[in-house]
Amino acid sequence: MTWLAAQPQGIPLPKPSELSAPHWEAAKNGELRVQRCENGHYVFIPLPACNYCWSTKLEWVKTSGKGTLYSMSIVYRPQTPAFQIPYVVGIMEMEEGWFIMSNVINAELENVKIGMPLKVTFTKMSDDIALPYFEPA
Amino acid sequence: MTKVNPLHGAAIVGVYNTKQGRLLEGETSQSLVLEATLGAIKDAGLTPKDIDGVISGGWGGVSGPGDMIRQLGSRPSWFGSGGADINGVMNAAMAIGMGLCETVVISSAQAGAYRDHSGTAPWVRPTNEFVECWGLFTAAEFALLAKRHMYKYGTKPEALAEVASAIRMNGSKNPGAVYYGREATPEDVLNSRMVADPFHLLDICTTTEGGAGMVLTSVEKAREMGIKPVYILGAAVEQQGAAYKEPPVWDKFGWSGRWGGKKMFEQAKMTTKDIDICEFYDNFSFDVIRLLEVYGFCGEGEGGDFVMGGRVRIDGELPVTTDGGLMSFSHPAMPQAMQRVISGVLQLQGRAVNQVKHKRVQNILTENYGGGALFTNQMIISNQPAQQ
Ligand SMILES: [Zn+2]
Repeated sequence: MTWLAAQPQGIPLPKPSELSAPHWEAAKNGELRVQRCENGHYVFIPLPACNYCWSTKLEWVKTSGKGTLYSMSIVYRPQTPAFQIPYVVGIMEMEEGWFIMSNVINAELENVKIGMPLKVTFTKMSDDIALPYFEPA
Repeated sequence: MTKVNPLHGAAIVGVYNTKQGRLLEGETSQSLVLEATLGAIKDAGLTPKDIDGVISGGWGGVSGPGDMIRQLGSRPSWFGSGGADINGVMNAAMAIGMGLCETVVISSAQAGAYRDHSGTAPWVRPTNEFVECWGLFTAAEFALLAKRHMYKYGTKPEALAEVASAIRMNGSKNPGAVYYGREATPEDVLNSRMVADPFHLLDICTTTEGGAGMVLTSVEKAREMGIKPVYILGAAVEQQGAAYKEPPVWDKFGWSGRWGGKKMFEQAKMTTKDIDICEFYDNFSFDVIRLLEVYGFCGEGEGGDFVMGGRVRIDGELPVTTDGGLMSFSHPAMPQAMQRVISGVLQLQGRAVNQVKHKRVQNILTENYGGGALFTNQMIISNQPAQQ
């Protein structure tokens, strides 16, 4: 069995932009926040306007952090040597109907399957960044 | 109203591949792009004085068309801002078809940009803030589409391996290929080490150095040149999102290329039945399966079964990527895109190393990039002119 854990320090970390800063600020407080427009459409990754109704009235809302594993890849050749292998790259389909990429952790590799329920879990990587990983719900 | 398709006013008249290699000692991107440019002009039987349009670029020290126009003699020239890929070939053909210029050279090359192999190649490594920290690179991005397809339709790793083996066998017989002499059976593919599940090492393209060039001219001039012109019957580019930023969700992006493909077939007045060979961009084995479904060679979810039984092998019903492709021929960061077209041109002119002889070779579907990139460009080329 192979236990999946968060990556060690030294991996490339996000450099928040003006647009994305609220997402990463919220992550430091253990919240998964994404944009939602006035008509209820979720927008991720962030944009200046909704890509469904083009409203510019977007609010960074807290989400449940719950979803299912939509697709996955077990990676054995790291992007750079900073990453420990194996790691699981996944697309999560979130309860509210939006998608996010992340890694699945706190699980046995052999038990990670498409369709499994997951929830967000944050790992502090630096003073500025906590990463939203996903673990079995 | 009858639309005049400017693509039908141009023809491909010269192609050239430099030496390709994992590492080309003593070469630079600039030395290779020059060789590629002059080589393609010579292949067409022309001289730089005949050139009045340039698309040139690449990765690592190769600058844009201005420097190449100067190199060729500083004559006033049309220039294209696109890359040396299907998009570039289209742009050149449209410029010729509109009468903005008569003869265009397209070239690109790369050497020296990727010599530290402890990480993945820089051009496969997205730096977006919602991607990079998860350890993604292009193989993992495309894997996320492949895995959903396998989950949804039951596509098997053996089908992916059959595609990779078919293309690698083509490269093994091509002396110009980086992996000339290196055969791979489906079992070899399945037994190679896993890189990003479901992709084994041999499901994935190589990374190399090399250059490529092409010359297009007007159909009128091409017919006076005493060569076998290759005509562009239809083409379309299609982009659907922000590549390597947003998640490659199969249900949103899995059919990348279908919208553009339909436009391409309409221009050519053709269906998949008219296509003799597919020169697909084989960055990952799965994308060939995806493309067969995208263009309608088979139904949705049927691509895995379609490729079995030797159908896409060089002697099969629908040979795919006959020079060995990105897996075995070369993948130098930009030239591989135009090399899909070059491989088709050589087949149509009857001078390919792995010349298809067991069936008609008249219409070839060429393609660039693919699903994980959220953009797919496609072009039908032929040794017969467009029906008017
Ligand atoms: Zn909206």
